[in-house]
Amino acid sequence: MIKFSDKQLKIPKLMRPVYLATVGMSKFDRAFPETRTEELCIQAFTAAADFVNMTPSELKQYIHTCYYGHFADHFGDQLLGESVIHDRLGLDPLGNIGVKTGGATGGSTMWEAVKAVASGYSDCTLALGWERMDEVPTDEGNHLISAAADKDWETPLGHIYTGYYAVMAQRYWKIFGKEEDSFRDTMAEIAVKNRGYARMNPHAHGPMKITTEDVKNSPIVAYPLRVLDCCLMSVGSACGIVCDEKTAYEITDNPLRIYIGAGSHTLRVADRRNMTIPLLPNETPDTYKDLGKRFPGSERYPGFTGFLAARMAAYYTYGMAGINDPIEDLDVIELHDAFTISDIQSYEDVGLRPYGEGRDYIESGDAYLINPQTKKPGKLPSNLSGGLIGCMHAVGATGLMQIAEIGYHVWNRWDEIHEPQEKWDAFGRKKPNDWASLQVQDAKRGLAISHAGVGSQVIATILMDPKNLLKED
Amino acid sequence: MPKTENEKGFVDIINGRYKPEGVFHIPEANQPIFNKDTGKLAGITNPRDMTYIHSYGGEAPFFEGLGKGKLMASRCDNEKCDTKGSIYQPLRIYCPDCLRKNTIIDMTNLAKTTAKIHSYIITHRSGAFNSLPIPIKFINVEFEGVVTILMSVLAVGEPEIDKKVVPIFNTKAPTYTITDLRFVVEGTSESELPEGFTF
Repeated sequence: MIKFSDKQLKIPKLMRPVYLATVGMSKFDRAFPETRTEELCIQAFTAAADFVNMTPSELKQYIHTCYYGHFADHFGDQLLGESVIHDRLGLDPLGNIGVKTGGATGGSTMWEAVKAVASGYSDCTLALGWERMDEVPTDEGNHLISAAADKDWETPLGHIYTGYYAVMAQRYWKIFGKEEDSFRDTMAEIAVKNRGYARMNPHAHGPMKITTEDVKNSPIVAYPLRVLDCCLMSVGSACGIVCDEKTAYEITDNPLRIYIGAGSHTLRVADRRNMTIPLLPNETPDTYKDLGKRFPGSERYPGFTGFLAARMAAYYTYGMAGINDPIEDLDVIELHDAFTISDIQSYEDVGLRPYGEGRDYIESGDAYLINPQTKKPGKLPSNLSGGLIGCMHAVGATGLMQIAEIGYHVWNRWDEIHEPQEKWDAFGRKKPNDWASLQVQDAKRGLAISHAGVGSQVIATILMDPKNLLKED
Repeated sequence: MPKTENEKGFVDIINGRYKPEGVFHIPEANQPIFNKDTGKLAGITNPRDMTYIHSYGGEAPFFEGLGKGKLMASRCDNEKCDTKGSIYQPLRIYCPDCLRKNTIIDMTNLAKTTAKIHSYIITHRSGAFNSLPIPIKFINVEFEGVVTILMSVLAVGEPEIDKKVVPIFNTKAPTYTITDLRFVVEGTSESELPEGFTF
């Protein structure tokens, strides 16, 4: 569609408030040659039980239905992997269902879990995701990922998904980045920032202490993207448990309100027709009246430079939660930084900056925990987990990891998850001598963006301290 | 190692049903995976050699056309549709707005005269089963009056945004896949084309 009816633009409504009661994550890594997937899922679920001082058995008593995010069946040569995990978690005979929306699978899994509670069908649901991408050789893995593109019109072209994605990066680089060295530096800063934050995260698969020069000198994958501009390919699991108000307060004294919305766009970038930019609450038609003049070649929307799915997910979820200006109303954010350049594109889609000006979110220092220029707290720190570039991208778990990480900040319990020496030791990872807390002080509201491939599906999840809501129910 | 003719699987449709003939999978034994440090068993390999049998359905005219040097597209001709007249490349069987069946049209000449590069990327990497030469120059091609932007590859020349390109077709030994269509920069001569390709 390129025009929307009023009915389609309706702000989604949950029939009753939904709360996030607890979350958990496994260790994330490139490969686990001696660990079955179920072991990682049980690790994540057990962490969620620990977080609310329960045993797994006690926590399971609350769960009514289960939602499992696992994208790539063909990697594991196991259909109905959801049923395997459900059984190994000991949750039979509860109803369960698998969810698959590419890179947005984790977010979509939570979307389903929240709706089940909101409707009254269940009072407590489990959203648990995982991915297993280490059990095929890399080139076969590239082929299997490319099968998430159109199998007739795209996959035979190289069997390499990066190629289908990077054409978008190229267009953004030329039109909005204007091929400037300064823009290239800004991209590199994202890679440095996110890998640096990952150093403080024992769960993270790709922590690195690097410079922008390291990024710019790393091998080219598809120009202008280099190896250190790109996200990780990980294995691991993450989960969250959502409830109605009564059940949530039975599990914990501090559940968080959760709002969630979804958008989509064509699987093939090829099919994206020109349309008017849908506006977010902090924009007006004047925001874009001279966009084409300022950025020649940007006249086509979303073209190859914007993600309509992300914009629509933000539109729906901001409306549900009462967000008017995400920079002012939110305290912490996790974005789907599959590539440094797509991270910048996302800043615009979700309204952190208008289209064309995404780079300023990094250059201003707003995206940092501590603004490198002012040395004061950044306005809206992003990807303190390390993101997909520094922490992990275990597809079915990624969106749930993001929600968990936002939750830890709003719960003001980030240190408890990331600091303990015992966890670093258990994961076989060395805690940096300069380890520092990344807890966002006084965080009340956060956003996670879960995004699929070239933007075919995007989920926006907002968590809020119930005492700091922006909108009455 | 490529399969011999005797090891290949072929499929026809007879009386409305698929009739496979030949070899469709070659069984290969599992192999144990040991941890060399501990000497303990960690897992097992599961070799798979399979052939999918896939219908092009209403898109078949596009893939058949490539081998004949034709670029087929589709157009919504529904008088009652808000986006009537829209031309789709990739060919869409149905209009995405009114869901009426589109009219299949030949846009070969339109492509030859108006194709230009919207975006591009050059990659030295590929996945298993890739048949294209490396590096792959991905291009996205705009055509005048077409509402979508086709993904393809540039076989001759260097890609640049807005550069004019022309389609070439694998007419001598068609594979009946999207790789039968490629583009070259305007001004390329017939002798520079990849083997089997013609304008």
